[in-house]
Amino acid sequence: MRIIPFVVCALLTLALIVTFNSKLLLPAPLGKLLAPQEGVWQNAEPAGYDFSADLKFQSLKGKVEVYFDDRLVPHVFAEQENDVYFVQGYLHAKFRLWQMDLQTLSAAGRASEVVGDIALNHDREFRRLGMVFAAENSLKMMETDPVIKASCDAYTAGVNAYIHSLTAATLPLEYKLIGYRPEAWSNLRTALFLKYMSYDLAAHENDFEMTNAQQYFSASDFSLLYPAIQDSLDPIIPRGTVYGAPSITPVIPAAADSLYFKEPVTVEEANTPDKDNGSNNWAVSGSKTASGEPILCNDPHLGLNLPSLWYEMQLSTPTFNAYGASFPGSPSVIIGFNDSTAFGFTNGGRDVRDYFEITFKDDSRQEYWFDSSWQKTTFRYEEIMIAGKPTFIDTVAYTVFGPVMFDKSYSGKRTGNKKNYAVRWKAHDPSNELIIFNKLNHADNYSDYQEAVVNLHTPGQNCVFATKSGDIAIRTQGEWPAKWQGQGDFIMPGFDSSYMWQGMIPDAETPFQYNPERGFVSSANQRPADATYPYYLGREYPTPRGLIINRRLEAMQQVTPKDMMNLQTDNYNVFAEMAMPIFLKNIRTTALNSNEKKFYDLLRNWNLRNDPDSKGATVFVELWGKFKGEVFDDEFANAPQPVLRPFESTLLEGVLKDPAYKFIDNINTATVETLEDISTTAFKKAVLDLKIPDAARKLEWALFKGTSVNHLAKIPAFSRKNLYIGGGNNIINATKQNHGPSWRMVLSLTAETEAYGIYPGGQSGNPGSRFYDNFVDDWAAGKYYTLWMMTKDQNTDSRVKWKMTFSPS
Amino acid sequence: MKFIISLFLIAILSFAACLFLPWWCIALVAFLVLAFIPQRPLLAFLCGFFAVGLLWAVLSFYISSKNEHLLAHKVSLLILNMDNPLFLIIITAFIGGLVAGMGALTASFMRRPVPVEA
Repeated sequence: MRIIPFVVCALLTLALIVTFNSKLLLPAPLGKLLAPQEGVWQNAEPAGYDFSADLKFQSLKGKVEVYFDDRLVPHVFAEQENDVYFVQGYLHAKFRLWQMDLQTLSAAGRASEVVGDIALNHDREFRRLGMVFAAENSLKMMETDPVIKASCDAYTAGVNAYIHSLTAATLPLEYKLIGYRPEAWSNLRTALFLKYMSYDLAAHENDFEMTNAQQYFSASDFSLLYPAIQDSLDPIIPRGTVYGAPSITPVIPAAADSLYFKEPVTVEEANTPDKDNGSNNWAVSGSKTASGEPILCNDPHLGLNLPSLWYEMQLSTPTFNAYGASFPGSPSVIIGFNDSTAFGFTNGGRDVRDYFEITFKDDSRQEYWFDSSWQKTTFRYEEIMIAGKPTFIDTVAYTVFGPVMFDKSYSGKRTGNKKNYAVRWKAHDPSNELIIFNKLNHADNYSDYQEAVVNLHTPGQNCVFATKSGDIAIRTQGEWPAKWQGQGDFIMPGFDSSYMWQGMIPDAETPFQYNPERGFVSSANQRPADATYPYYLGREYPTPRGLIINRRLEAMQQVTPKDMMNLQTDNYNVFAEMAMPIFLKNIRTTALNSNEKKFYDLLRNWNLRNDPDSKGATVFVELWGKFKGEVFDDEFANAPQPVLRPFESTLLEGVLKDPAYKFIDNINTATVETLEDISTTAFKKAVLDLKIPDAARKLEWALFKGTSVNHLAKIPAFSRKNLYIGGGNNIINATKQNHGPSWRMVLSLTAETEAYGIYPGGQSGNPGSRFYDNFVDDWAAGKYYTLWMMTKDQNTDSRVKWKMTFSPS
Repeated sequence: MKFIISLFLIAILSFAACLFLPWWCIALVAFLVLAFIPQRPLLAFLCGFFAVGLLWAVLSFYISSKNEHLLAHKVSLLILNMDNPLFLIIITAFIGGLVAGMGALTASFMRRPVPVEA
């Protein structure tokens, strides 16, 4: 034996194995990843893969048959109600496990366990916001409801049945790439998923930003910059609706006006939900449709990701038969239809997250000053495990309001903050949102719908509904705090109970419409009601989409599903319709050079549509951006950060009403600028910025905008970039860069429901599957798929491609 | 002849072992085969290298073609920063070959130099 070469070679071999099996030297464990029988090759799903299977599970009570159609949409037929949730959980996990796991880890403030300390601020903020606290509160309530408890238990068992079947080879691709394993699912995970949605939809506010604005600007400027209602508002419940006297009249604390803080806020959230999270929905009554039956439409605008937030499926049991978009992570169909009714949602968008400034007795944070005495805090110890680092323990103080989210130890993106802010968030309160979807899946008529949606507390939604018997309805549903005028727009004092929420608006006073005379109901996240509604509704609502939807619906007769698809994908820019006259009137064409003239012609000849090939749309969007800057940059240059800029509609209406709008003048120059001056300057600046895209032949709106559907871990190779699609901000087709119609649905409630839908994704979450992103191009092209509400006797239909059976063992 | 036999033995046994064991069992398999069928170091290395290199090339190519190279396009972009499924297959084969080759080479030093066969 040649000992030296032997030892050297053995060590070299070991070193190679370690290198290729770990991230010590290479950025990825290449051997483990590329080994054909274990690594990522195992996730390369054969194009002709056979999804059929026969499975047996102890926890099933009866038989379940699942028929997959050619788009890999499962049609699940269960003999027993709860078995359908077991199979739903199993299928969600089979096709979407990684995203469910990631989203709920993120919701729980546990992202650092996977990605290391780059996520520590995210995790601390989510823990401090009380995400887990909120999920635990909800879970307690959910589990007291025997129906929901049983469905969650079955769902969790289904997810876990799949997780337990995984091997090193069958693990989803992302686990292999990132290098971790899924842990068991639980009902708490489902509650966390729902809180994740609450965060996305009901955590948006501008309290710090508004507090800074309020202390920086004079009272008169402030009310000009941040009006409570836009003139162009066409509310969800039409103007002229008469509201009864409120049963709660919140009392404004005597010192409310003076107690708002005179010092800038020095905290800023590390994470904020996308302010564009919104949606369109409407229902048209039979009096306006060609078929004489109602049509219901919905397109929720959310972050566009792969795998998609949505998973399409049909759930059928002896007690209900529902079809639509489901949430991987939660039982039931969320947006869809059953044999008698259809249902959809848009975000309510009211401010249900307020901050209170807390004064602690000392650094121990054990006592805080409240109603003239020292009150005890309680502590929640948040253990944040970090990949590759020691566990971080965050001690969060809880007050009568809720957790003290920001304090000396944590101020989000900022440092040096010395103040303490407790957060009162409606999502902290116990609630049982799952019962809504359960009941809607079973609903036969309008009273079933009412009974279902009243359970919706947070995130509050505009719930649209239609029935085959001809009813249409909308409710601006949610459990909303009854606020005094302006309450919670700014940080409030935390030492005085009179600043707390004084009650919840009773459900009987929720604005709603049921079979209105105008023959349609609609919502697009605009203010739910006009100023005659007796409760304070807050300031921030987008106005233009609601305006154009109502205008179009008003004018339509003999509506067909095709008309509705055209409406959902309409690129008409109503905001530009209002803004363009300002520019065409005020840009001094005599001051433009020949190149600028070329762009001016594009603008002047623009048809006000943000179609994919429109160059005029690009010029307008760029110009509007520069115009905003010209108006406000000078006033805001020295404002304390973070601060809120006025909403677009505020600026537009300000200028339309008063061409000598106060903020047009640049306060840093001796001359008084006019609307003509700044319109011309803004235009010239816009042209300057458009030089590069013009040279790169990227002036067409779709190329300029560059919509992409990104992989959840932002892996470019798993994302779809630069889709050729129009639309955008303030447009019914609200497709922005990574945000937009995440599920488009048109349902005509004829005897046999005519249903159409599409989402920018695919049924499989596996980037190695041909079903990963196969809907994306059709979605971008504005196409729809026919949604097939299958009956069990159609199991020999040519659309059925695969069959899975689940039986009790 | 010994070379061919060991080559096939390593390939077949590696395939079988990887059904149950982590990927690096290929080094162990190559080591064991060469321990029983000794060869000169260079030949031993080449034997292990080509056995698993070819095995992994064939396996990954087979899997990838059935997948119409969908995943290989994406993963090659991610790992190699270039859209080249074939190169990903070559890298796969090379890693497998290298690790198995080294296992085989190690074994070849367990005995005195093998005399040249008559």
